[in-house]
Amino acid sequence: MKGLKKTGLIFFPAFDWAISPTHPEREERLLYTQDQVFEEGLLDFENIVEYKPGLATIEDINRIHICVPDAKSVITESHLISAGGAITAAEKVLAGEVDNAFALVRPPGHHAMRVVHGARGFCNINIEAVMIEHFRRKYGHKRVAVIDTDCHHGDGTQDIYWHDPDTLYISIHQDGRTLYPGSGFPDEFGGPNALGTTINVPLPPETSDEGFLYVLEELILPIIGEFKPDLVINSAGQDNHYTDPITNMRFSAQGYARLNELLNPHIAVLEGGYSIEGALPYVNVGIILAMAGLDYSHVREPDFNPESLRQSGEITKYIRETTKDILDLWKKRESFKAGIVKGAKYARRNRNIYYDTDGIREQQEETVRICDDCGGFIAIDSMASTGNRIFAVIIPSRSCDLCRLEGERAFASINKAKLGAHYLFFQDRDRDVFVVK
Amino acid sequence: MILGIDVGGTHTDAVLLENFKVKKKTKVPTNQLHLVSSLIGVMDEILRDEDAAAIERVVFSTTLSTNAIVQGKIDRVGMLVASGPGLAPEALRVNDDTRFVAGYMSNRGIEVAPVKKGEIAAAAAELKGAGIGHLGVVGKFSTRNPAHENEIGEVARGDFRHVSLGHRMSGNLNFRRRIATTYLNASIFDLYSRFVGEILEFAARTGLKAPIYILKADGGTFEIRQSADQPVQTILSGPAASVMGIMSLADCSGSDAIAMDMGGTTTDIALLADGVPLLEPLGVTIEGHKTLIRGLKTRSIGLGGDSRVRVDKGELCIGPRREGPAAAFGGPFPTPTDAMIVLGLTEIGDRAKAEEAVAEIAGKMNTTVPEAARLIFEKACQVVASAVSAMIEEINNKPVYTIHELLEGKKLAPARLFIVGGPAAAVAPRLGEILGCQVVIPQDAEVANAFGAALARTTAEVTMLAETERGSLTIAEEGLQMKIPNHFTRKDILRIGMEKLRERARKLGAREADIEVEIVEDQEFNMVRGFYTTGKNIRLKAQIKPGLIARFGKGGERS
Repeated sequence: MKGLKKTGLIFFPAFDWAISPTHPEREERLLYTQDQVFEEGLLDFENIVEYKPGLATIEDINRIHICVPDAKSVITESHLISAGGAITAAEKVLAGEVDNAFALVRPPGHHAMRVVHGARGFCNINIEAVMIEHFRRKYGHKRVAVIDTDCHHGDGTQDIYWHDPDTLYISIHQDGRTLYPGSGFPDEFGGPNALGTTINVPLPPETSDEGFLYVLEELILPIIGEFKPDLVINSAGQDNHYTDPITNMRFSAQGYARLNELLNPHIAVLEGGYSIEGALPYVNVGIILAMAGLDYSHVREPDFNPESLRQSGEITKYIRETTKDILDLWKKRESFKAGIVKGAKYARRNRNIYYDTDGIREQQEETVRICDDCGGFIAIDSMASTGNRIFAVIIPSRSCDLCRLEGERAFASINKAKLGAHYLFFQDRDRDVFVVK
Repeated sequence: MILGIDVGGTHTDAVLLENFKVKKKTKVPTNQLHLVSSLIGVMDEILRDEDAAAIERVVFSTTLSTNAIVQGKIDRVGMLVASGPGLAPEALRVNDDTRFVAGYMSNRGIEVAPVKKGEIAAAAAELKGAGIGHLGVVGKFSTRNPAHENEIGEVARGDFRHVSLGHRMSGNLNFRRRIATTYLNASIFDLYSRFVGEILEFAARTGLKAPIYILKADGGTFEIRQSADQPVQTILSGPAASVMGIMSLADCSGSDAIAMDMGGTTTDIALLADGVPLLEPLGVTIEGHKTLIRGLKTRSIGLGGDSRVRVDKGELCIGPRREGPAAAFGGPFPTPTDAMIVLGLTEIGDRAKAEEAVAEIAGKMNTTVPEAARLIFEKACQVVASAVSAMIEEINNKPVYTIHELLEGKKLAPARLFIVGGPAAAVAPRLGEILGCQVVIPQDAEVANAFGAALARTTAEVTMLAETERGSLTIAEEGLQMKIPNHFTRKDILRIGMEKLRERARKLGAREADIEVEIVEDQEFNMVRGFYTTGKNIRLKAQIKPGLIARFGKGGERS
């Protein structure tokens, strides 16, 4: 057996929690996965160790999110456990107890953005981001690559790390013109201070194993190789599977296992995936075996038929072209800044954000200081259909002195009443300070 | 009267109880080459001058199966394994005579690929041709639907003396463990059958009409004829006897507790949650085989009263080897027992020899003899106590799968330490101090195992899985598949399951008064198609937990 690895498994199916009784994110989502993992006896392997998830804290959430009105009111205990499970996975890896770890937890998090007025795409808090900032706080700053293999564009994770040059976020997903949340195009390439550390690879519907693995080998692995992260995280959605009820892709359990073998992530965290009978049991067994360096070649779905899952020649050609275009963009990433900034001191984004799960609309203006020395301090003005209006200042990790000074001044000078804001937030990553006024 | 017999590694103990009190006890050396002769010998002795017809119940705890497996004195077994996709076959192979055959059930027990009769007949003929007399048949997810195992068993049965079917071993999921368990069952089938035959013959000869029971690894018993098909259930019943012994000698209910048996070579530790011994979640492990055999959760550490004490690079080391008795009894090396003698904690053996042995350690550690004795004693207590703490911590860190259990789950917090064995009285106060427990040293501890076996009740469990959409109910242990109406609820399933559990318990030899059932798993899920709930997936597990027979223990006749 080549390269056995010690793998930590944090399995928390939350059999007593659902968004609603028939919602895809419901109690039995991991029931058949549990059956399959138990029947295969995966926990009996010496190199696979199961851990109980810890609980994330409100401080962990406030380190990365601006929750309105506060963290307690936008989450349930289940979110503290799923984020806590991700943190446990990271802890076990960073403490050297295991080589890699898989947090097979729910509910997911990758649609949760920096500001949280409610739930979007079944997500309330971004469990990977909560995990990343937790271990950065505890183990010192790390360069991190998050590879989002969920079928939906992880717009939440993208938003949180949009301005962070030390976090590479690559998402492969079904083309946003055909699927929620409708974003994730190659021109979404990171903020002016972090160009190229956000990479989006939209794939056409009916992409199969061949297409996914092509993008992995030709695009993702070379970019990771250049970025040189300390840690690679797989934001491991399982809804690219050919049986998924809400997407249109043709990825298989074999494909998922191979992807994890090649990507070789330190940490994998479950995201979406709602084919609870047809896909999840087999995909998860495949991922666990691959992460542990065990033979996964016999894992397949009961109805697996490679012939019917083959992608068309047209798709193959399209993916090759997309890959080439994005690689070209990546290679030239440092040349774009001047053209985008045009000498301005600040860059501004205005967005309308819809919280589909909770039916909330948010209008957000985000301003970042153009900076060559750090991610730039960020100011946010956000108003939601709930009636809440907030203003927030965020001092980034490894902030330069100027961004810190300007950020602190900006926060001090805000006139709450004049702005009509209900809450003012100040978040300082380096000093682990979170203030609400 | 009740007769309890424990066949241990060195001695076979028997105890005859009248009105739940010891009437007679006896001990003979165990004849390892022929355990039955030890059993019969001790029975002959204890029943001398007794009226065999007045015996109401006989219970054996025997190391027969354990020894056979540990010593490799087992039969060659052919294995037919319907593996389906998943783990690579090589990860499933239990021996060279394993053949992988077609047939595959899904996790819901729905046939995905059928078995091929021709393939089975050919494999069976080949195995038989190799001179193999025993067959094990195991299918993936057979506890969800045993049809393939039954079918394979039917095709192959004619070629073998006995066929062991996987789903009969346990209702739990775990294919690899099911394979190992079935293999072990088949491998000791003949040996165990002979044992049952000889015991029954002895009973007939001596006019013993009472039901005869065998102790299982979970501390429960089953009737001897019923046990013949499932010899693997009798492995590792030794530690179970010891725990049941403590439970029968002292009232363990009312709080969590530690049950400890400190012998000459090892210390065995078990834990009780409000009087009920904790079980291994999946099954016990024997000779590297992880099985599905329900067994008490016990930990054995290589430290006992006679463990050799030595100094290694200035560090005091105790055990794991026993090189003979304590120096005070003429042994070659210093031991914890010698330290206890020097400290005046016990007045056994030759004190001068004990002091001489401990002096050797004192010399190496550059200290006085009493101080060396104190260090040895303290170290021994600390090692045992930390093993207990680690075990408690492991149990309290066991993963759970619901938010309720994670946030509100009960933590095991032992308040009492029950301890038996040679050094019990000497170590008890200090161990209690370290572990923060009240200490109890039960009376009659030298016959604890036989006593425990005598009073252990029959245990059983059933695992129910119902899908109301398909109208199916499976009870794995019974190999039962039945149709149910779509409107059935959890309550209906529970009613059927409980009835099956009672039936099963009666069949295994339980007396009506001892059938105390409890639900150990209780889950109900919606099955959703599209956005509509089309039925329920109901999962229940019920058991008769390990315990003592009625009229005994709390509220019983025993004073």
